[in-house]
Amino acid sequence: MKNLTYLKFEVLRTLRNRRFLIFALIFPLVLFFAIAGPNKNVIVEGIHFPLYYMTAMASWGAMTAMLSSGARIAAERQIGWTRQMKITPLSTRSYFSAKVLCGYMMAFFTIIALGIAGSILGVHLSALDWLKLVALLVVGLIPFAVIGILLGHLMKVDSLGPALGGVTSLFALLGGSFGPIFQSGFMLKVVQDIPSYWLVKSSQSVLSPSGWPPLQMWIVIAIWTLAMSRLAVRVYRRDSSRVT
Amino acid sequence: MTITPGEIVALLGPNGAGKTTTIDMILGLTRPDKGTVTLFGTTPAQAVLAGEVGGMLQTGSPPQYLNVRELITMVASLYPHALDVDEVLKMTGTTEIAKRSTVKLSGGQTQRVRFAVALVADPDLLVLDEPTAAIDVEGRRDFWNIMRSVAASGKTVLFATHYLEEADSYADRIVLMARGRIVADGPPTEIKAKVGGRVIRATLENVPADELMTIAGVTKAERQGDGVTISCTDSGTSDAVLRELLTRYPAARDLEVRGVGLEEAFLLLTADHTDGANTLYGESSDRDGRELQ
Repeated sequence: MKNLTYLKFEVLRTLRNRRFLIFALIFPLVLFFAIAGPNKNVIVEGIHFPLYYMTAMASWGAMTAMLSSGARIAAERQIGWTRQMKITPLSTRSYFSAKVLCGYMMAFFTIIALGIAGSILGVHLSALDWLKLVALLVVGLIPFAVIGILLGHLMKVDSLGPALGGVTSLFALLGGSFGPIFQSGFMLKVVQDIPSYWLVKSSQSVLSPSGWPPLQMWIVIAIWTLAMSRLAVRVYRRDSSRVT
Repeated sequence: MTITPGEIVALLGPNGAGKTTTIDMILGLTRPDKGTVTLFGTTPAQAVLAGEVGGMLQTGSPPQYLNVRELITMVASLYPHALDVDEVLKMTGTTEIAKRSTVKLSGGQTQRVRFAVALVADPDLLVLDEPTAAIDVEGRRDFWNIMRSVAASGKTVLFATHYLEEADSYADRIVLMARGRIVADGPPTEIKAKVGGRVIRATLENVPADELMTIAGVTKAERQGDGVTISCTDSGTSDAVLRELLTRYPAARDLEVRGVGLEEAFLLLTADHTDGANTLYGESSDRDGRELQ
């Protein structure tokens, strides 16, 4: 990102949009205190519930934040601002990079806020484990950055709200953000192929004997990123060749 | 078609004539099926990168969550030799609204801000696609006054419009388009001359139109009540016709001589390229409504 002034104003615009701040930050935070608070000593999937739920809510909020960049892309397409940007020296790559960086910035707010909330409810991790947890969340969010760009080109603004809400909820639900839904069997194998499963699983990965997630996580994230990128490129090209 | 630096060129035509497509090709947004577009000896994409072209598209509302000054600063940061932001605000008459949110602007203000977006690159060529389409008469006049003062600094301006009056008042040269083709290209006066030029109106009772047709140089004569309308080929003949008219009929009064408006020139020139003059007129007035009247 060569142009810091451009990025600064994109960040400013992101921060001024309060709606996503509410959905990506306040909702997960409130839910975390409401549900993890009374269940401080419960053990879920081998770890303390506050740690599980902190990661789960951070994943949910961070996914919302990443996908919200799609809403901004769709809005700018609709008003014709995207075309106006195409007749400036700003490259397509920089345009999307700024959107993804803003998505990550919002995601960081959510992750940090939930980290603090987790500490308040007694989550205790070493500095290295905190770092590893954040790193795994950052990597796990890559497919969602691409899905945001994809949805931003696929949807019109009026259908985007429900679409983003639906997609985020589905990923959050199947991934286990609201509690693990499949403990074993065929359906567990299915949800393990979804990137949000591994986001929610990040804290267990950090606390596992090896200290790292299994190979499967890296494969799932790589495949989703590649597949979604190919789709996004196709949809972007179709969108750019339109006459209007 | 070639445009030389410093010219103010109007691309005039009804909806569907190909004005926007032409502009999109000039800006590199659409690839031409045949032929090439060259800007300052290079491709549109290169010219855009060098900040030599500023464009104002038909759509392209400023995005929300920024005020006017922030928006212009953001766009300025993209260009290699952008103008000073305060300077641009002053030039476009947007200094007073610099702190206003981009979504709280009137139609005329929005167009001026969009013009500032196109101008901040300090481009040598400004391309404006129907820049006054959505604004009221006063806003339109303000806009063109600003555009004219900007153009006076030696910039080349190409604008598309279907307001005939705008092309006539603000361009040095008019390129008339219909159905994707150029049907006429020249100064506004020349385009008018092409369709013959002058109309004389007078109040004159009891003289049949047929009798007026016998005056040398008259191409058409019509009567509406007590009034008559006489068309002639150009200003030279209209002077002669006027003299003859007054000699023959001293009772003629309320005389009025005027050049044929661009509307008429437009209809006559584009009529050849359609199945019939009425078809084009009917179709475009359905879509354009009052702009064509």
